[in-house]
Amino acid sequence: MRGFAHVRWAAGAVATALAITSCGGGWGWGGGGGNGGAVLSSSWGDPQNPLEPANTNEVQGGKVLDMIFRGLKKYDPRTGRAQDWLARSIVTRDSRHFTVRIKDGWTFSDGERITARSFVDAWNYGASLRNNQKNAYFFGYIDGYDQVHPDSGTQRADTLSGLKVLDDRTFTVTLNQKFSGFPDTLGYVAFAPLPRVFFTDHAAWVRKPVGNGPYAIASYTKGAQMYLRKWDGYPGPDSARNDGVTLLVYTDSNTAYTDLLAGNLDLVDDIPAAQLKNVGGDLGGRYINSPAGIIQTIAFPYYDKAWNRPGAEKVRTGLSMAINRRQITDTIFRKTRTPATDWTSPVLGADGGFKPGLCGAACDYDPARAKKLIEDGGGIPGGRLRITYNADSGSHKEWIDAVCNSINNALGNDKACVGNPVGTFADFRNRIGQHKMTGPFRAGWQMDYPLIQNFLQPLYYTGASSNDGKWSNGDFDRLVDRANAETRPATSVAVFQQAEKVVRDNMAAIPLWYQNGSAGYSDRLSDVALNPFSVPVYNEIKVG
Amino acid sequence: MGRYVLRRLLQMIPVFVGATMLIFLMVNVMGDPVAGLCGEQSCDPATAAQLKREFGLDKPLWQQYVTYMGNVFTGDFGTAFNGQPVTELMATAFPVTIRLTIVAVFFEIVIGITLGVVTGLRRGRPVDSGVLLATLVVISVPTFVTGLLLQLLLGIRWHWIRPSVRYGTFDELIVPGLVLASVSLAYVTRLTRTSIAENKRSDYVRTAIAKGLPRHRVVTRHLLRNSLIPVVTFIGTDIGALMGGAIVTERIFNIHGVGYQLYQGILRQNTQTVVGFVTVLVLVFLVANLLVDLLYAVLDPRIRYA
Amino acid sequence: MPEQPYEPERAIAGTGMGGAMDLGASEAATLEPAPTAPQVTGPAGKPRSLWSDAWRDLRRNPVFLLSALVILFLVFISLWPSAIASGSPLTCDLAKAQDGPAPGAPFGYDGQGCNVYTRTVYGARTSVTVGLCATLGVVLFGSVLGGLAGYYGGVWDSVLSRLTDIFFAIPVVLGGLVLLSVVTSNTVWPVIGFMVLLGWPQISRIARGSVITAKQNDYVQAARALGASDSRILLRHIAPNAVAPVIVVATIALGTYIALEATLSYLGVGLKPPSVSWGIDISAASPYVRNAPHALLWPSGALALTVLAFIMLGDAVRDALDPKLR
Repeated sequence: MRGFAHVRWAAGAVATALAITSCGGGWGWGGGGGNGGAVLSSSWGDPQNPLEPANTNEVQGGKVLDMIFRGLKKYDPRTGRAQDWLARSIVTRDSRHFTVRIKDGWTFSDGERITARSFVDAWNYGASLRNNQKNAYFFGYIDGYDQVHPDSGTQRADTLSGLKVLDDRTFTVTLNQKFSGFPDTLGYVAFAPLPRVFFTDHAAWVRKPVGNGPYAIASYTKGAQMYLRKWDGYPGPDSARNDGVTLLVYTDSNTAYTDLLAGNLDLVDDIPAAQLKNVGGDLGGRYINSPAGIIQTIAFPYYDKAWNRPGAEKVRTGLSMAINRRQITDTIFRKTRTPATDWTSPVLGADGGFKPGLCGAACDYDPARAKKLIEDGGGIPGGRLRITYNADSGSHKEWIDAVCNSINNALGNDKACVGNPVGTFADFRNRIGQHKMTGPFRAGWQMDYPLIQNFLQPLYYTGASSNDGKWSNGDFDRLVDRANAETRPATSVAVFQQAEKVVRDNMAAIPLWYQNGSAGYSDRLSDVALNPFSVPVYNEIKVG
Repeated sequence: MGRYVLRRLLQMIPVFVGATMLIFLMVNVMGDPVAGLCGEQSCDPATAAQLKREFGLDKPLWQQYVTYMGNVFTGDFGTAFNGQPVTELMATAFPVTIRLTIVAVFFEIVIGITLGVVTGLRRGRPVDSGVLLATLVVISVPTFVTGLLLQLLLGIRWHWIRPSVRYGTFDELIVPGLVLASVSLAYVTRLTRTSIAENKRSDYVRTAIAKGLPRHRVVTRHLLRNSLIPVVTFIGTDIGALMGGAIVTERIFNIHGVGYQLYQGILRQNTQTVVGFVTVLVLVFLVANLLVDLLYAVLDPRIRYA
Repeated sequence: MPEQPYEPERAIAGTGMGGAMDLGASEAATLEPAPTAPQVTGPAGKPRSLWSDAWRDLRRNPVFLLSALVILFLVFISLWPSAIASGSPLTCDLAKAQDGPAPGAPFGYDGQGCNVYTRTVYGARTSVTVGLCATLGVVLFGSVLGGLAGYYGGVWDSVLSRLTDIFFAIPVVLGGLVLLSVVTSNTVWPVIGFMVLLGWPQISRIARGSVITAKQNDYVQAARALGASDSRILLRHIAPNAVAPVIVVATIALGTYIALEATLSYLGVGLKPPSVSWGIDISAASPYVRNAPHALLWPSGALALTVLAFIMLGDAVRDALDPKLR
């Protein structure tokens, strides 16, 4: 593609134009003057919430927080393994009481020293009902959560009783139940430390967040762009290898892709499905497609008797076997998905609990057996399968139609399965929340932290926050409790896998495929990679 | 005339109230927006309740509306879910959309009317059939495809344009404006063509020709002026559609304009954003329609407003 | 050809009673020999109306005949799609996704591996119904309301015009999500109803503008001076002269309604699967235009053909109604 000869020119133009607009004070695209040098531009979407760590639950806001914050732990961008980062040590004897010691020498980019209090204050803020933080439930394991964040009524305490500052470098955490994996969850951004200015001048902080990561926000124009400059004083080993990143908000991933081809953009981390067939020709080798901690499933409404009766598991298993996963991931997704053979994700690794083939024959395409199983199980309830999905985001229609065609072909009835679109995501969630689903619906799970626990407990434990189908199984719950109490990681993982087999035997949800992250980049860049959360590892990217 | 305009301006008040109430009601009928805020899971009930309280969604609908309108009159259009004031959102969205609309309307007037006159005067000739063919293409190929192909050809293959809009200046908006105007162009062309063809044989044109007036003068002064009323009416109704409905064009060309923001607001059921934007759009319709009605009198002196 | 309905106008012009008449009109009256009227009645002895004249004209117009033929063909395949396409439009094999033409599938396969030819043929029923019915509804509603507003003016006009302003204000996406998401019926009628509801203001304004112009004409003033009733003036004198812009907008709108149906489906509130329509196929094929243009070409082509037929029909009807073109 000839376009890339123009990249340098474009980058210069961008810098100049930015300088001009920042002087002119323009109406939208201002700010960010003087970001010359090895700065890369990257596609972005408008974050849906204010950029507070405990309030950011989607990938676009997470992208920024990942650049400007470092927590007690950091997940290795390649293996996903949690490593101590700001934590010097996190020790426990009983999986309930933890003592956290933090490293010396870390500061926020505004110069403030990071102490035990930076964490405890941040967590108290995140948990408190008053602050409306959407990730508050992450602190639900900590003692006293029910006081600061009661299910109903007003809060009876402002701080979590389970958090105690011992000295500048040490604090303790007491959980309300045993949870051996707890330290490994602390790499999640909700657990990031916060500077004093966050509390003293919140409005200013939200306009231009200050953190402790390898980048600092130099300018931020909401809805348009953010310029993150390399923070030269960053004390960690993973300091940025470029001078900065400009995140540009795109209205559509296809536009971002076109801009990449035209040489106006360096990095696109969401290649539109329709272009996947062309990436080879368009980008040559400058395309990455690597596993991410996301699994797509089809969930069922267990509050509907038709799906909860004995024998319905045969129907569900039959449906699972009627789906030609390989063909769909190859044709529709162009190998940016991998057929699922368990309920976790390859990014966990074998040690972390990923076990390919755990699903066994139930995930193999076998139309003849599928048809028989569905008939044995009493047929599809109501005679027609309607898979509900939201039409407003994620282009789910294509794969739902493909899944239905696959089922229809297996059953020899071209109207056995149809997609059932719902206009908005909120409406879709409403129907789930109000138990109005009458048939299966799409479910996607992006991990919060790379633990097998995160793929099972929130989705299948009785009453769990994302157990949308309200599946409930005593054996499963008991095994999860046992696994959480287990102090030895290997044993814990093994027990979780036993619990996963319970999910399989009941076919609580049909696993479809593991989702990959995909990205394309310009020839200015090298060392581009995606982490297991499908976010580019910006600090490692080299420009020029 | 002055009284007529004044009366029309006064009529804006009921329309304004009616439209805002209708939109307010419609967004609220869509259901609970908080459910969509917590990602692929249900918000915990306490947070959901707290969020509802903060957005004022726990109050009865009429009270929400009254509070909202009260705020609007003090210039406070509320905040979007991401914490951004709606006025700020409007201040970034409207200027670029207005520019885009100006470009589109310019194309409609210049290209549409020119093609309409040419085809109207040469009915059945090759140029007429050619324009008809182009019309069919424009109607039956979605804007999405036209935009995408133009981006690929002009932006990547030939390097004539930047494929996406970054600063929203007029030169960046030429191609998006053309794409946005394409379907309307078809309307304007055919409306002009029909009017021209119809009036071409009318008596005053024959008279003008008989008097020996030069052809271009007959066409512009006599023929066109009398043929423009349907065209002007159409463009008047189209301005609002161009401003608020440019969803596809704005998405393809990365224009963070009114159509895009409105669409996002609707999908996220953000009453404050949607009502705020629509309120401004209603004012635009009202003014546009007033101008159209006044233009009638200019184009056809027999029409008078008391 | 004698022009019976224009008789009064000329008579008035001749007697110079039209006070506000312009130069052109009076000159025309003197330049053109006044039509002799040996044939004021039709063959059956009944007085011939403009409309029956138009019909006689149409029957001999090749453009009309051709477009009627195309429309009849579309109606035919809408009613009996299986007559020219074998197999089911819902039988799709992903293994054939985006493949080119093959025996039994002259138009190739789409992204889901469905037979494009079969789907295009079967899509006609929905698309033609939606386009035709929505257009008819919009034209009926819009031109009646707009015509009355333009003719009577005053309060009528104010109320109606402001009502159209409010309707214009409703974004299609919002209207669709609100009004159509509660509908459970999976027929085309809610979709058509929705299009009529949101589409009539446009035609209404066009019709209003045309009527406002047409009612200034001398023959209308004359008819009124002669004591013709409002309905007679509206139907016999104004309608034929105001209908052209409405026809033009309606014929183009017909195509856009067919496309709008797809937009609504795309939003998840239009026709739900397993419906088949050109619009749905066009919007599904659009993102893949780089790789599989054939999947877009055929349903788009069918849509273009339909619009062409109706544009030609509209042109022919308009010409037939315009005595000046005879």
